[in-house]
Amino acid sequence: MNVHYHSYDAVVVGAGGAGLRAAIELAGEARTAVLTKLYPTRSHTGAAQGGMCAALANVEEDYWEWHAFDTVKGGDYLGDQDAIDIMCREAIDAVIDLEHFGLPFSRTPQGRIDQRRFGGHTRNHGEAPVRRACYAADRTGHMILHTLYQRCVAKEVNFFNEFQVFDVLFEGEGADRRAAGVVAYEMATGDLHVFVSKGVLFATGGYGKMFKISSNAHTLTGDGPGVLFKAGIPMEDLEFYQFHPTGIYGFGILLSEAARGEGGILRNSDGERFMERVAPTVKDLAPRDMVSRAIHAEIKAGRGAGPKSDYVYLDLTHLPPEQIDSKLPDITDFVRTYLGIEPKKDPIPIQPTAHYAMGGIPTNVHGEVIVDDHNTVLPGLYAAGECACVSVHGANRLGTNSLLDIVVFGRRGGKAMAEYVKNVGHPDVPRGAEVKVRERIEQLKAGTGSEKVGDIRTTLQESMTLDASVVRTDESLSDAKRTVEELKAQYANIKIDDKGEVFNYDLTEAMELGHLLDLAHGLVVGAQARTESRGAHWRDDYPTRDDQNWMKHTLAHLEQDGSIRLSYKQVVAGNYQPMERKY
Amino acid sequence: MTVTESPASPLADKAKELVRVHLRIKRYDPETDTRPRWQEFEVEMSPGDRVLDALHLVKWTQDGTLTFRRSCAHGVCGSDAMVINGENKLACINLIKNIGTDLTIEPIRGLEVIKDLVVDMEPFFAQHRSVMPYLIAHDDPGYKERLQTQEDRDRFDDTTKCILCACCTTSCPIYWANSEYVGPAAIVSAHRFIFDSRDDGAQERLDILNQKSGVFRCKTSFNCTEACPRGIKVTQAIEEVKRAILYDRV
Ligand SMILES: Cc1cc2nc3c(=O)[nH]c(=O)nc-3n(C[C@H](O)[C@H](O)[C@H](O)COP(=O)(O)OP(=O)(O)OC[C@H]3O[C@@H](n4cnc5c(N)ncnc54)[C@H](O)[C@@H]3O)c2cc1C
Ligand code: SF4
Ligand code: SF4
Ligand code: FES
Repeated sequence: MNVHYHSYDAVVVGAGGAGLRAAIELAGEARTAVLTKLYPTRSHTGAAQGGMCAALANVEEDYWEWHAFDTVKGGDYLGDQDAIDIMCREAIDAVIDLEHFGLPFSRTPQGRIDQRRFGGHTRNHGEAPVRRACYAADRTGHMILHTLYQRCVAKEVNFFNEFQVFDVLFEGEGADRRAAGVVAYEMATGDLHVFVSKGVLFATGGYGKMFKISSNAHTLTGDGPGVLFKAGIPMEDLEFYQFHPTGIYGFGILLSEAARGEGGILRNSDGERFMERVAPTVKDLAPRDMVSRAIHAEIKAGRGAGPKSDYVYLDLTHLPPEQIDSKLPDITDFVRTYLGIEPKKDPIPIQPTAHYAMGGIPTNVHGEVIVDDHNTVLPGLYAAGECACVSVHGANRLGTNSLLDIVVFGRRGGKAMAEYVKNVGHPDVPRGAEVKVRERIEQLKAGTGSEKVGDIRTTLQESMTLDASVVRTDESLSDAKRTVEELKAQYANIKIDDKGEVFNYDLTEAMELGHLLDLAHGLVVGAQARTESRGAHWRDDYPTRDDQNWMKHTLAHLEQDGSIRLSYKQVVAGNYQPMERKY
Repeated sequence: MTVTESPASPLADKAKELVRVHLRIKRYDPETDTRPRWQEFEVEMSPGDRVLDALHLVKWTQDGTLTFRRSCAHGVCGSDAMVINGENKLACINLIKNIGTDLTIEPIRGLEVIKDLVVDMEPFFAQHRSVMPYLIAHDDPGYKERLQTQEDRDRFDDTTKCILCACCTTSCPIYWANSEYVGPAAIVSAHRFIFDSRDDGAQERLDILNQKSGVFRCKTSFNCTEACPRGIKVTQAIEEVKRAILYDRV
C-alpha cells in the first residue's frame, strides 16, 4: 500500500449537487481538489425527479415569504427560521444561476421556466396548492447534476474520481482543533492519499441504506457524517428521517410527488381517496410525513391491497396519456420496468420508502460546521447538502427543498471556504497522518472473524424498517437499539473475502457499514429520548407535539466507548409562531 | 371504483416460487490472474428481481471478491453497464423474468478491463470532455432567465437524457476497431448543446466533430441506438450532427 501526499487550499468531499456547486465557487479562487467515491455524474442527485422550488411567480402569484412559511410549517417548527429565510430568498437567484449554466428547464408557452405543484407548497399561508416547483420533466435532479458537472468541466475543476474518504485530519487538540485535510483511499490502486488542506467541505449525501425499503442508492451510506461522528463531532436531529409515501412496492424506488402534483390520487383497497379524509384542503398534496402515516393507518385498518394487504395505490389512470408522457416519462417507465404494469391503465402498488435525512452534520448558514450546543464553529470545516443539517428542513422536509438546499448552501459553503482559506496559513500535518486508516485496512484484511458484512447490513436494514420508521414506540425503539448494539459488537468481528488492492469494494462496503451502524445508533437513541411526535418522528405512545419540552434540536455525540450521549440546542425562532399543523 | 389486481403485478411474481439462476461470469483479478477466466455461480431469487440483485447475492453470500460498479439500482446513474447474454445492458433495469435464468456476464468491450466487470472509464470521460460539453453563451442575460420556446427546448430534449453509461460507445464496431473515434456518447453530449437555442458554441463543436476521429467515422449501424438504456435515438442524433456539418446549418 503506497502513500501519497497532496497539498491544497480546499478539499471538497463529494461531487453530487452540493459538492459540485461548492466547487464552482472555489474554482479559480483557491487551489481545490474534489474527491468523490463515484464518478460525479453517478451521484444520487441525478435520481431526483420532481423539481426545485423557488417563488419565481412565473405562472401564478407567489412570494418567497410564502415559501418560507410553508417550509417552517412543513418542518413542524423545528427548522431554524434565519436559515429558512435565506434559502427561500436565495432560491430565486439559484434557479436563475442554473438556467444561466444551461439547465434545460421545462418551459411555459411563453418560454419562461415552467412551475408545477408539489406537496406542502401553498399560496398565502396554506390557502391552496401553488405552482412553485421549477422542473425538467421528471428528471430535474439529473439535469441539475449534469449541468453543474458541465460547469465544472468548463472551469477545469480538479477531480479525484473513485477516491473514497476514510478519515478527516485536524491540527491542534480539543477545542483548538482546526481542519487540516482528509485521508482518501484510491479505488483503482488501493493506495492511500493524504490531502493536507486548509479547508474541507463534506458533501457526501444521505444515509438511506440503513433501511430495507429505501429510495436511496447503494452508495448512500453516510460516510461524511460517519467519519466526523467518530472524530467527536456531534450529529444533529438524526431521529428526523423522512419516509416518502410513494415507493414502488417491494423495491422502494421512488415515484415522485410530481405524480400527485400532476393530479395523481392515492387510493386504498376500496378505491377510496383516503387523503380527502386526512387533509381536506390539500388532499394528496399534504406533506410527506402526513401522507406516509395515512398510508400506514390505512394498512393497519385493513384497507391495504394485495395478498398481504400491505400496500395502497397511486392512481394515474385518469390523467391524459399525453400529460403522463410529457411530464412523468421516467417514473412511469420505472413502473413498467419493475412491476410490469401500465400506469395509464392500472393503479400502481406503492408503500412508504426511506428517503431523506433531515439530520446530519450541524452547520450554520455559511456551511461552517458547529460542534456544540453554543454553535461554536470548528474553523476550516464545512458541510453542505443532505449530509448537513443547517437546519432548513426541521422535522420534515418539503418536496423540492433539497435540490434547493444543495445549490443554495453548496454555493454558500464554497464561497465561505474560499474566503477562509485566503486568510489562514497552511496546516501542519505530521507524517504518518494515514497510519490509523492503514491499520484499520490491514486489520480488516487480516480479520479471521465469522461475521459477514452482508448479513449485518441486512439485519440492520430489516430492524430499522420494522422498528424505527414511519411509526415508532418506546418498545419498537428499544428493540431497534438492542439490535444495533448487538450488530456493532458483531461488526468488531467481521471478515472480508477480498484481500486485494485493486477495486476492493468488499473493503469499502465494510467501512461504509461502520458508518451506517453508528448513525443508526444515534438515530434510535435520539428517537427514544424524544417523547413527542413532530414531523417525520411519530411516536404512537406520544402522539402530540410538545413545544414546551421538545422545541429543540438534538445533538448526538458518539462516545469513545461506542455509546451515544445526547445534548440539545435551541431552535432559531423567526416570524412564524408555532401553530397546529393542519392542511 | 374497485381496484383489480393486475395479473402482472409484483405479487404475481413474489407469490411464485423462487427460481434458480445460473451465472457465468468473466472474471479477471490483475493481482492473481494472467488472463480472464470464467466462473459459475448458482443463486436462488424471485423472478421479479434484477440481474444486479443476482450479482449482489453472489457478492454478499458466496464470493466477496466479485467486483462490479453500481449505485442507484434503477437505471439513472449509469454505473453498471455490462455485457449480459451478449448485449450491452444495465444490470439494474433487467429483471430475471424477462432475461432468463441463464446469465452470461462480461465487462463492456473497448475499454481496458481493470478487475472483473470494472473497466477503465477514463478514456470514455476524456472523449466526453473533448466536445466541450457545457453551455457556451456570449450574451449577458443579466439577472433574468433566458427565454426558450417549447419547440426550441424539444429539439435537444432526447439527448439531455444521457447518463454517460457507455453502453452505446462500447457496442460500436467502429469504436472497437479504433478507440480514437470519439464515439456515439460524446456525439450525443455535443448534440445536446449544438441544438440548444441558448448556445453559441455550435461551430467549435462541429469543427471538433468534423475531424478524423469525429462523426464521419460512424457507419450508421444502429448498434448504439439499440444499446441505449435511456431510449435515446443515438443514430438520429449523429445524423443530425453530420447534416449540420455538411449543410453548415444548425
Ligand atoms: C429518488 C430520489 C428523488 C428525489 N427527488 C427530489 C426532488 O424532486 N426534489 C428535491 O428537492 N429533492 C429530491 N430528492 C433529494 C435530493 O435529491 C438529495 O437530497 C440531494 O440530491 C442530495 O445531494 P448531495 O449533493 O447532498 O448528495 P449526493 O448527490 O448523494 O452526492 C453525494 C456525493 O458524495 C460522494 N461521496 C460519498 N461518500 C464519499 C466518501 N467517503 N468519499 C468521497 N466521496 C464520497 C459521492 O461520490 C457523491 O458524489 C430525491 C432523492 C431521491 C433519492
Ligand atoms: S451508428 Fe455509428 S456510432 Fe452507432 S454503433 Fe453504428 S457506427 Fe457506431
Ligand atoms: S447515449 Fe445512451 S447508451 Fe450512450 S452513454 Fe448516453 S445513456 Fe448511455
Ligand atoms: S446502478 Fe445506477 S444505472 Fe444501474
